[in-house]
This record gives sequence, C-alpha cells and structure tokens, in this order.
Amino acid sequence: MLEGMLIGLQTVFSIQNLLMVIGGCLIGTFIGMLPGLGPMSIIAIMIPVAISLGDPAAALILLAGVYYGAIFGGSTSSILLNAPGVAGTVATSFDGYPMARQGKAGKALTIAAISSFAGGTIGAILLMIFAPMLSSVALLFHSAEYFGLMVVGLSAIAAFAGTGQVAKALMMTLLGLIMATVGEGALFNLPRFTMGLMDLQSGFGFITLAMAMFALPEAMFLVMNPARTTTDDGGDGKIKDLRITRAEARAIAPVIGRQSIQGFFIGVLPGAGATIASFLGYAVERNIASKEEQAEFGKGSIKGLAAPETANNAACTGSFVPLLTLGIPGSGTTAILLGALIALNVSPGPRLMIDAPEVFWAVIMSMFIGNFVLLILNLPLIPYIAKILAVPRSFLIPFILFFTLMGAYIGQNNATELLLLVGFGVCATILRFADYPLAPLLIGFILGRMLEDNFSRAMQLYDGIGFVWERPMTMGLLVIAVALVLLPSYRERRARLRAAGVADGD
Amino acid sequence: MALDRWIALVLLGICIVYGYAAFFTMDDGLAPFMQRNPIWPSTFPKVLSVMGIVASSIIVLGLEGPQAPPKEGDIDYRRLFDYDVLPAVALLSLMVAYALLLRPAGFLLSTSTFLIGGSLILGERRWLIMVPVAFTATGFIWYLVQEVLGIFLRPLPGFMGI
Repeated sequence: MLEGMLIGLQTVFSIQNLLMVIGGCLIGTFIGMLPGLGPMSIIAIMIPVAISLGDPAAALILLAGVYYGAIFGGSTSSILLNAPGVAGTVATSFDGYPMARQGKAGKALTIAAISSFAGGTIGAILLMIFAPMLSSVALLFHSAEYFGLMVVGLSAIAAFAGTGQVAKALMMTLLGLIMATVGEGALFNLPRFTMGLMDLQSGFGFITLAMAMFALPEAMFLVMNPARTTTDDGGDGKIKDLRITRAEARAIAPVIGRQSIQGFFIGVLPGAGATIASFLGYAVERNIASKEEQAEFGKGSIKGLAAPETANNAACTGSFVPLLTLGIPGSGTTAILLGALIALNVSPGPRLMIDAPEVFWAVIMSMFIGNFVLLILNLPLIPYIAKILAVPRSFLIPFILFFTLMGAYIGQNNATELLLLVGFGVCATILRFADYPLAPLLIGFILGRMLEDNFSRAMQLYDGIGFVWERPMTMGLLVIAVALVLLPSYRERRARLRAAGVADGD
Repeated sequence: MALDRWIALVLLGICIVYGYAAFFTMDDGLAPFMQRNPIWPSTFPKVLSVMGIVASSIIVLGLEGPQAPPKEGDIDYRRLFDYDVLPAVALLSLMVAYALLLRPAGFLLSTSTFLIGGSLILGERRWLIMVPVAFTATGFIWYLVQEVLGIFLRPLPGFMGI
C-alpha cells in the first residue's frame, strides 16, 4: 500500500495535476453555487475538457476536484438562500439557513467547510484502507436490502416531525411518494398519472420541486413580512464572526467523527449515495442528541449542520469504492466518471489496482489534496460569500426568484416547469401557513422512485412479499425504520405522562 | 376548523382520487403477461393511497391535537391581510409572465424586464442602479450558461431569427 501511495503522491504533485485539482475545485465551487447545476451536470460539461487532456490520471483528478467543489458550492446556496440545488445538500439547509437568518451565515459556512473537509478526508483514509474488502460487501446488498435502506431513509421523517405532528410529517412523505409515481417508471415503461399531458411524461423535476418547497415560500415570506429580512453578519466582513468557539468545536467533533464513518459506508452502497447519507446522518444525530439539543435541531443547531455536511462528503468519497474496485458506478455522477474513464481507455474494475496503479492511487491522493485545497480556498472567501445577504432585499429577492426559475428551466429545458414551479410554490406556502413540514415531502419524492424500483425488483425475485422475512438484513432494517417512526411519539408520550405525574404530585 | 384540517381534507380528496385511479382504472390496459407478475404498476400506488387516506383522516379528525401557534417570525395566516400580500401576488404574477414570455421574447429581454420589475414591485426606485445591475447580470448569466456551459438559451425574440 505504501508503494502505491508514493506512486500516487508522485503523480499528484506534478505541476499539471496540482493545477487540475485547484482549477477543478474552483470551477466546481462557483458553478455549484448556482441552483440547478448539480455535480452531475457540471462533470458532464467538463468531460470534453478532461478527455482532451489525454492523461487518465489528470482527467480523473480534474473531474474529482469538480465533484468535491460542486458539493461544497451546493451547500453555500442551501445555507445562504435556502435554495438547495442538489438533493445531497437539502438536509444542509434545515439548520444552515436558520443559522444564516440569525446572523451566523459566516459561522455556518465555516462549519460547512470544516465538516466537508473532515468528511472528505476521513472518507479518503477509509477508502484507502477498506476499498478492496468493501467491494465484496457492497455486492451482498440486493434490492430487498436497498428497499429496507430506503424505508429507513424515509423514517428519518421522524426527525422532522414537530412534537405531536407525526401524522403531518407522514402525510407529507406520502404526498412526496405519490408525486414520485407521476410519469414513466423505469421498471414498467408505462406512463402513470400523467392525465394525458406530454410534459408530465418524465415526471416532475427534482430541482423544480426543491425550489418550490424551500426557496419560493421563503422568498414569499420575506416579501410579506419585511421585518423577517435576514440579518447579515457579512456586512463588515469581520473575521471574528467566522470563528468557532472551543465549546462548539467540542460539540461537533463527535458528530463529524460518527458521520464520516456512517456516511462513507452508506456511500459505498451503489445507489444509496450522498442524499440518503445526509438525511440519515441528520436523523441519527437528532435522535441521539440530548433533549435540549434536540429542540435546537431545525432552528440553527450546529450539530444539525455538521452532520449532513460531513455525511454527504464522506458518502461522495465512498461512492468511489464500487467505481474503482468493481467498475460499478454507484451514482449518476460516478456513472459519468466511468464514461470518461472508458473514453480514456482505462477500464475500472478489480484489475485497475494492478493494471493502472498510478490512476487508482493518484485519485485517492488527489482526494486529500482536493479537500485541503477546498478548505484553504474557501475559508478566506467566506466573509465575501456571506455578504450576499447584505444585498438590499429589493435586489436580493428578485435575484433569488430568478435563480429558482433558472434552476428549474436549465434542468429540463422546458418552460412548463416554470409554471409548475410557481404552482407548487404557492401550494408549499399555504402548507407552511398550516405548519406542515415540507422537508419530508421532498425526501419522499427523492427516494420514491428508488424505493418503488427496489420494492418491485425484490417482489419479482421472491415472487411476492416473502423477501421481508427471508432476508434477515431486510428485516433488521425494517425494524430500525419502525423504531425510528415510533420513538419520537413514545418519547413525547412518556414526557407528557411524566409531566402529568409531576402536576399530580404538586 | 383550522387551516391544517382543511388542507388535510383536500389531501384526503387527492388520495381518494389517486386511489380510485390506482384501484379501478390503471390496470384496464395491462398486457396479459404482466398480469401474471407479482407486482403491477398499480401495486405501489394502491399501498400509498390507502396509507395517505389513513394519515389525512387522522389530521382531519384532529386526533393529534390542535395546530401549534406559528413560530416567531413566521406568517400567521389568521392575520394574513396585515402583511404585504399585494407585492407577493404581484411577484408571483411576474414569475408566471416570465414563464410564458421566456421563449417568445428571448432570454435577454425577459430576464432584464423580470429583474427590473421585481425590484420595482419591492419599492426600489433608483433607476440608475436598477437598470445597469439588471442588464449586467442578465448578460453575464446568459454568457455563462450559453457560451461557457453550452446550454442553449435563445437570447433574442423569436421573430429576430435566433
């Protein structure tokens, strides 16, 4: 392994490859900030540039840099504007945006940068150690287990349900799942619930829904209630605003440690990826937090921000395991990377480590350097990025609305999406008036397709529902899911009974 | 009845219509060989509709207790007309107009009009800042999306030939 690492370091530390890492991170960060352009589209756009380099190691290093940069850039728009452009950063906005509203935008961005760095770096160490053996474990996961894993992901709704509002969160998840069934599914090749409209053939766009659920209602609230206008901490650009206190560092350190490991292992599973890792990370941290800390989640908790940020970066690194060791792309992004590698005459798979060790190790080494470059590039930029919030609202709000429209338009190149965006945005605003949580709807929508596909595949393989009790791992995951849903209600009930008991005693 | 329960009633209606489609109309055109499968395209929607009907009924019947009061800084819908509702409606109408005009009027014209219109609605009257900001931002974003990223955005109105 040491020899491999040295080969990797030698490759990465050439001037050309260092420039690739820095350039890739910068391009990824800046374009990733625009809602609608996720890592997948940015990497797809960069492929011709990467292939023209001719050197597979340099190409992969550039694309990997773009990938990390885009994930980090995506969290910036989630935190500052509540406009998550990528599914993996939706959970970041749950606590990142409230922090920005409390005037802690700089601190939120710093925590995001540090968590991303730690998640990515620890993920890369784990990748180095576990890549060969994990590739065989990932193959043990069949569609039945994926179904179980998705149900656990959905049970994360328990984490978002307000006290005594579990039915509302559940209803919103179901609504998200129902919306995911609109359009043509992968397994059946039949248009469903399209009402004969051609524009609905491919279903609702994710970006459209994400913008409609988060950015648009927030912008409407800002317009209706000017007193709600964000307080800026970027106005004077003082560096003290960015500092994390010792107590805060102590609070997030265990979260980062846990989520780096959990996120990495979820990322290894093909198809699971950064989105599930971030939602699960958020849910797990909320459930194990103390009661006072739990009340903070969703209102600007630093733990609630650090958890998904660490997990999604660790999962991105984890998703390289099946790509590099088995040649199986675990996500859309790694599928595009696979395409680029094949175009460069490198076939990833079990023999990659033997046939092209310089590519394998250079990518792993570039992960360390990429994460480091991201950190040192972004920390000094944070005061300037946070200044976005100091723009007067008469300019900021039209721009937020414009970016939500562009995000929806670029994703599908269809003007009907814009009308859908406005329609859903109005519905989402009304739902928020009535205190319905919107995050579960989006989670249901994101996981809906994958959930149904895996459920259908498992049903076909086992000729019925038998897979639930025939596969112990599926059963275990489903039990965890039920516990996740019931635990908040149980805790709430116990707290109520205890409170009643105290009252009686008085 | 509070707003959340009215909404749940609407959602209940949606779930019933969705369930009706899943149970009674979806499988009509199903090919015979697909009918032998353990799972049909309607299986998952059927499960979802039943669960949706149960969940929305729980909210309609108020089994979970009353709606929590709005959080600090959130909008209280009971006092909706104390807020600036008109600019919000005007901005939404502007977004609809943008959606309808983006293709026929071209990106540059519709976007700069949208940005200037949005600022005007929110009370901005400094034309010397508004107009240059809108034009510069529009031009920059068009250049970035069209020329750098290679995603086609028609810049000028359709009758001008591009």
